[in-house]
Amino acid sequence: MKTVRIGAGQGFYGDSFAPALETAKRGHVQYLCFDSLAELTLAILQKDRRRDPALGYAKDISAAMRELLPLAKEKGIKLLTNAGGMNPLGARQEVLRVAGELGITGLKVAAVSGDDVLGQLEEWEKGGLSLNHMEDGRDAGAVRSRIVFANAYLGAGPLVEALRQGADIIVTGRVADSALFLAPLIHEFGWQAEDWDRLAQGLLMGHLMECSGQASGGNFSGDWQSVPDLDAIGFPVAEVREDGEFVLTKTEGTGGLVSVETVKEQLLYEIHDPSAYVTPDVVVDLTEVRLQEAGVNRVRVTGARGTKRPDTLKVVMGYEDGWLGQAIWGYSWPDALAKAKAADRIIRIQMKRKGLRFQEVRTDFLGVNSLHGPLAKEPAEELNEVYLRMAVRAESKEEADKLGRLVPPLMLSGPPAMGGFLGMLKPRELLGMWSCLIAREIVESKIQVSVVEV
Amino acid sequence: MALVQLRHLVQARSGDKGNTVNIAVFAPNAAIYEALVREVTAERVKEHFAGWVSGEVTRHKVPKLLAMNFVCRGALGGGGSATMRMDNLGKCYAANFMRMEIEIGDGLELSQT
Repeated sequence: MKTVRIGAGQGFYGDSFAPALETAKRGHVQYLCFDSLAELTLAILQKDRRRDPALGYAKDISAAMRELLPLAKEKGIKLLTNAGGMNPLGARQEVLRVAGELGITGLKVAAVSGDDVLGQLEEWEKGGLSLNHMEDGRDAGAVRSRIVFANAYLGAGPLVEALRQGADIIVTGRVADSALFLAPLIHEFGWQAEDWDRLAQGLLMGHLMECSGQASGGNFSGDWQSVPDLDAIGFPVAEVREDGEFVLTKTEGTGGLVSVETVKEQLLYEIHDPSAYVTPDVVVDLTEVRLQEAGVNRVRVTGARGTKRPDTLKVVMGYEDGWLGQAIWGYSWPDALAKAKAADRIIRIQMKRKGLRFQEVRTDFLGVNSLHGPLAKEPAEELNEVYLRMAVRAESKEEADKLGRLVPPLMLSGPPAMGGFLGMLKPRELLGMWSCLIAREIVESKIQVSVVEV
Repeated sequence: MALVQLRHLVQARSGDKGNTVNIAVFAPNAAIYEALVREVTAERVKEHFAGWVSGEVTRHKVPKLLAMNFVCRGALGGGGSATMRMDNLGKCYAANFMRMEIEIGDGLELSQT
């Protein structure tokens, strides 16, 4: 039976490219798929695009392509990435530029666009389409004027079309992460639009691969201390059969661990109802999935079932939601926690006295409760040191910046033994997320696939 | 019966979507799974995360995988790019979840493998 080998290249914007290089060199893969876009990545890329309209894509694509293009060319590995972010055409331009710099020719580079729907919102509303929140039906009016990006999650369709046109490299914007991995299977095996069970298996493969190291021993809650060589972790590789059954593995000689235990943690990651995981290409039922050890670092995955894909696509919008100002500094034993709490009280009183208007003020004690909030227990023993992090939500950058200025005087005029002040941290713009559902054909009518050859 | 903290019994991973966090929990065997299903209800999880989760908690069971998936709404103080929390992506929710203690039959905590 025909099989296809696909490698996971990246799990988010900023992830290491070293494992992808290992897989390209020694992993015997035909495809490498790169998921650059976590939910909040578009928020980051949107800020870049606002500064410079030529930007708005994941900038690490340049360094990645410089290393990967020669290997892709030599070994015939196809690269699929959603690093296009808010600007797939700009990202493609960058790929072409890097190819030119390296003197590489004879590669077809595709760009998929049409996921950016910001320019259509007004027309949609005039046409009576609802942008109300898909989870609780909230009216979009409250955030409408503050929306700065709006992107639909596209499915595998346009990537399959690009592969049909002979693309070697495909750059997209927002497509469902797992669709990047599904597309090569549809193309290679000729799976039909209503092969729901096989599409579900393919989608599940993509789901397990899209977070890179999280399926090969990273972020493992089990016996994490026994996972070997996380310093040289191998990202997952899938061997997929034409009937949809696949084995998850990783490149020989790399670190990490692919076992039933590490893989199952990824199975339900960021999924809500396991019996109906809605994706653009198929609705997946994971309740009958079986994971079996099939050798060292090999797990066989079967049993995903699919039903008809939805008639709507999810559109995620980001809206301006104020500015975050923050400051971090620490206190030494003795009484470290008591000193940090006293510093917090002093700053809060000074804020009030100066009439600083913040929508929210938050204080966390690092090493005590910053990751556990109200669930954290008071430390049983006196701590060597405690850092506090104060954060404010303000309407403007200028207002948010005022928090940091209150801190330096504490060095001489506050509780004793203060250290580790991280300086004035630049305020960060906060972006809220808004999701709605839009009829599939409305979005799909604007999708464009273009292929150019270098 | 013995009171055992979940960190000694289960695997768990959490992740975010908007302002919602899901916690996937996996039992090592059927006996512990049965105890989890009985003890770790959606209400119990909601109560466990009091002050941290403002919305509803829904529980989905996946018996074939000895798994349960808890979907917690209003769990991130606005969501990844809008929250002021330091665990902005909800990755520590699973760890927090494992603080919970449940009653299980004597010896069951030794039966993990």
